[in-house]
Amino acid sequence: MPRKHHIETTINGESTDFLCEARQSLLEVLRDTLHLTGAKEGCNNGNCGACTVLLDGQPVDSCLVLAVEVQGASIETVEGIAECGHLHAVQQCFLEDAALQCGVCTPGFIVAAKALLDRKPQPTEEDIRFDLAGNLCRCTGYDKIVRAVQNAAERLAAK
Amino acid sequence: MKDFDYAAPTTIDDAVGLLAKHNGRAKLLAGGTDLIVQLREFFREADVVVDVKKIAEVMDLRVEADGRLWIGAGVPCYRIYRDERVANSRGGLVDAARIIGGWQIQSRASIGGNLCNSSPAADSIPALIAERAVCHVAGPGGRRTVAVDEFCTAPGKNVLAAGEMLVGIEHPATAAKSASAYERFIPRNEMDIAVVGLGSWVRLDPTGKTIAEARIGLGAVAPTPLFAAEASQWLSGKPATEETFAQAGELAKKIAKPISDMRGPADYRVHLVGVLVRRTLATAVSRAAS
Repeated sequence: MPRKHHIETTINGESTDFLCEARQSLLEVLRDTLHLTGAKEGCNNGNCGACTVLLDGQPVDSCLVLAVEVQGASIETVEGIAECGHLHAVQQCFLEDAALQCGVCTPGFIVAAKALLDRKPQPTEEDIRFDLAGNLCRCTGYDKIVRAVQNAAERLAAK
Repeated sequence: MKDFDYAAPTTIDDAVGLLAKHNGRAKLLAGGTDLIVQLREFFREADVVVDVKKIAEVMDLRVEADGRLWIGAGVPCYRIYRDERVANSRGGLVDAARIIGGWQIQSRASIGGNLCNSSPAADSIPALIAERAVCHVAGPGGRRTVAVDEFCTAPGKNVLAAGEMLVGIEHPATAAKSASAYERFIPRNEMDIAVVGLGSWVRLDPTGKTIAEARIGLGAVAPTPLFAAEASQWLSGKPATEETFAQAGELAKKIAKPISDMRGPADYRVHLVGVLVRRTLATAVSRAAS
């Protein structure tokens, strides 16, 4: 039996520990061990961004992080984005602006877009397209996603 | 993915010891954006993965008083372009760090890893060549340095001998009125591999109108990134004009020996070398003058 590593981390603000093999990705552990199935496995090689989570505040492809690497780190997944049962402005605008079709890319876009707006509250369209280039959507053609992020920025600014 | 063990040493000596102990079966992990994909897709194998991110020297990003810059081999791209001291002095490397993959990749992928992966199309290497960066290597025989120009030896291959590791990359002291730029040609704006990548560095004379010294690095036009020696030397003493940039481009084209593949035919790549030499020299000169 491969050796299991005991990893202690914080996920969506809660102390969480788990056992994993060295070869397991953070994405595998999130989905299969911790049952946080929001992050999706798209390409499993760092191209599509469907597995995006925040690792110590930075967006990463969780398929390209070994779970053993997150000892002591803080992780935020799409499950942690809504606050007190209310959708985050990014989530609400994705819904209202129909910025999704099949939905597989959506959790990754939501996490990356929230990270973008946390850093740049008033992004230009170019900022949005550039910073979300690591997230692929094969349905929408991106325009609706960009508009949803722009509308979320306006809504957050009005708060 | 095949099973392997994981170690996270906190010193270079321990990391080098692990490489020796496992005799080629240990692989170094920095950002993992190449290694994890290669392990998963069976391009590489490891008995143990040695995570270097707990070694302080490997994660250090430091600017000395004279402008010398130390980039630990594990420092991720985002730390490079978010650092104002680096952004102001090494524009070419920052240009490259901003377009290696998307944001998620830049959160993890390191410049050191980009070097060690030794792709002919690696975005950071032409900029590092232009900026005269030097690799610091540790191994069983102690430490040594290698110019970035000499680091890559073939696609995916480099000068690291068995048991050696890249510790970091050092840039020389900055000079007045000097600056660099990197540009790559791809059919879209982001998330693609260079058809041609090009880094230029210039130092202007005190008038700001004449090039005192220049260095040009080429990517994706040969089995390894190249230093364009003739074009670089020719630029010394030339006026910083469009005509000069175009002539330097013609000289740089002479050493381009690209392949034809789905990203572009060889003659097109050679043509792009001329275009990108012109553009990056113009950008570097305008940055140096400001």
